[in-house]
Amino acid sequence: MATAHLLEVDDLHIEFRTRDGVAKVINGVSYHLDPGETLAVLGESGSGKSVTAQAIMGILDMPPAVVTAGEIRYQGRNLLARPEEERRQVRGREIAMIFQDALSALNPVFPVGWQIGETLRQREGLSRSAARNRAVELMDLVRIPAARERVGDYPHQFSGGMRQRVMIAMALAMNPKVLIADEPTTALDVTVQAQIMDLLADLRRDLDMAMILITHDLGVVAGVADRIAVMYAGRIVEHADVRSLYRAPAHPYTKGLLESIPRLDVRGQELATIRGLPPNLMRIPSGCPFHPRCPYAQQVCVDVVPHDLALDDGRTSACHFAQEVRDASARR
Amino acid sequence: MFRFVVRRLLQMVLAFFGTTLIVYALMFAGQGDPIQALAGERPVTEAQRAYLTEKYNLDRTGVGGFFYRYFDYVGNLLRGDLGESLTGRSIGEILTTAWPVTLKLALIAMAVTIVVGVTAGVVAGMRRASIFDNSTLLLTLLVLGIPTIVLAPLAQYLLGVKWQVFPPTAGAQPSLYALLLPGIVLGSLSLATALRLTRTSVAENLRADYVRTAKSKGLLRRRIVSVHVLRNSLIPVVTFLGVELGNLMSGAIITEGVFNIPGVGFNLFRGIRTEDGPLVVGIVSVLVVVYLVANLLVDVLYAVLDPRIRYE
Repeated sequence: MATAHLLEVDDLHIEFRTRDGVAKVINGVSYHLDPGETLAVLGESGSGKSVTAQAIMGILDMPPAVVTAGEIRYQGRNLLARPEEERRQVRGREIAMIFQDALSALNPVFPVGWQIGETLRQREGLSRSAARNRAVELMDLVRIPAARERVGDYPHQFSGGMRQRVMIAMALAMNPKVLIADEPTTALDVTVQAQIMDLLADLRRDLDMAMILITHDLGVVAGVADRIAVMYAGRIVEHADVRSLYRAPAHPYTKGLLESIPRLDVRGQELATIRGLPPNLMRIPSGCPFHPRCPYAQQVCVDVVPHDLALDDGRTSACHFAQEVRDASARR
Repeated sequence: MFRFVVRRLLQMVLAFFGTTLIVYALMFAGQGDPIQALAGERPVTEAQRAYLTEKYNLDRTGVGGFFYRYFDYVGNLLRGDLGESLTGRSIGEILTTAWPVTLKLALIAMAVTIVVGVTAGVVAGMRRASIFDNSTLLLTLLVLGIPTIVLAPLAQYLLGVKWQVFPPTAGAQPSLYALLLPGIVLGSLSLATALRLTRTSVAENLRADYVRTAKSKGLLRRRIVSVHVLRNSLIPVVTFLGVELGNLMSGAIITEGVFNIPGVGFNLFRGIRTEDGPLVVGIVSVLVVVYLVANLLVDVLYAVLDPRIRYE
């Protein structure tokens, strides 16, 4: 085995077994995270990015979810093989998570300060007043104005951006080493999105955490992430550092995503889209799951599942024509 | 909140006059000759008739006379004088003896509802589709399907007469034990509703996003359920229980009738049967006030439980 990473997802397979059939949601996902870095996990809805994160946290509803293969290693130990009590100790203290919709993710009937301080009271044995003071500090840390006055307010009394800050403060309460942000800005409007992303980037640096940033928005990723893993149909199709991925994507799906970003400097051109729809996870296409939508598709793509092709500079791409796609993108 | 309460109190005044007026009108509209009704089969002498006409202000006729009598009645009511029933007993006195009995009965029913209904509802909600869940669903369906008029005599016959676990009837000065069976019968309906309501509410809240958040905070499942889920789940249940307590306090006509309990519902039923207008209107007027106050308390409690509700 290579050097131990802080967090490592290794060949994870997850199925959802429902009455309608079996959906293969995660089909061999591997990624890793080192201390202090930011990994962006990119993909459309249903690509499995959130499910992977919830599997790391151990908050998937099982059933219907079943982990059929793979390991999730945190500091070398396989979390999936550990008893629930040990996993609970990891949650919040080692790995914390924030969610997309902070309004529904916060409990509506308790004050925000109470919710931020809850873990400190329950798990660290802090007194009510000490937990409250710590909650105010955390609210200051995430730049909520007038934190001391607002610590007793309820979630519905905050704006969307402030609510997400409350979520972040709550996740930071136990000084986690890894923060998983599951589409933290999707429910917010654009100006607030930028503020939250800046805040997350600053906090990650100041508190020396590692961060997994889950998003479907390429624009969000660029300034914040070190590496990007692009997911499609429960697989990682491309994995690269941000700079080289933006410069020359090596998977047709990534290329399609980048081309579908509206550009201000190119006028009068029709916006490129990726044709077709993401696959039904109960009937994933043979071979490369992207082949029905891929402009590069050949017969080999229908017949053979592409393996991660290692390109130079440490990138991988699960495409039979990775080299060609990358070179074509680079020339452009 | 203060303004809300004041506004509600003003609405209550309107509701009070509205309901008493309607009940008063309905009760006396059906009677042909109120004096003859009062005397029953016996003949009424001219002197008696004149006295009673004077006493009840029956010399005033038409709509004007009706309203004169109504306001005369309400005026007395507000001074705390409920008047006399046709049998000559003070209605205030009847109610002071009937209330404590009904109150005890209502509290037993409420206790049964909360202890059994809400607890079983929480368990059923947490273990959806389990044997426990399915059997409680079936049982509550059964209870909801059987009307009290059938359930009460059935329970009385089986538990009171045949197996003699409980006394079959309560009697004039019922002990708490004698009220237990009627209380359970009375509470069974609200129990079934409370159980189903709690079950649905708990099951729904267990799937809520904030539960996922609480889980990812590394809290114990016990705490997630007993603090986060329960507090949210009980909001609709408490509302229901508050309204239900108002219902129970206003007397259970059927249950009190079957078990011969001298409570409010029992007296109300007797008043209706004997066409005792003053008694019926007197009891109903007081019940209206009880019901209105109970509803106000529920609304205030609702705002206390759910911070998202703010009355302005």
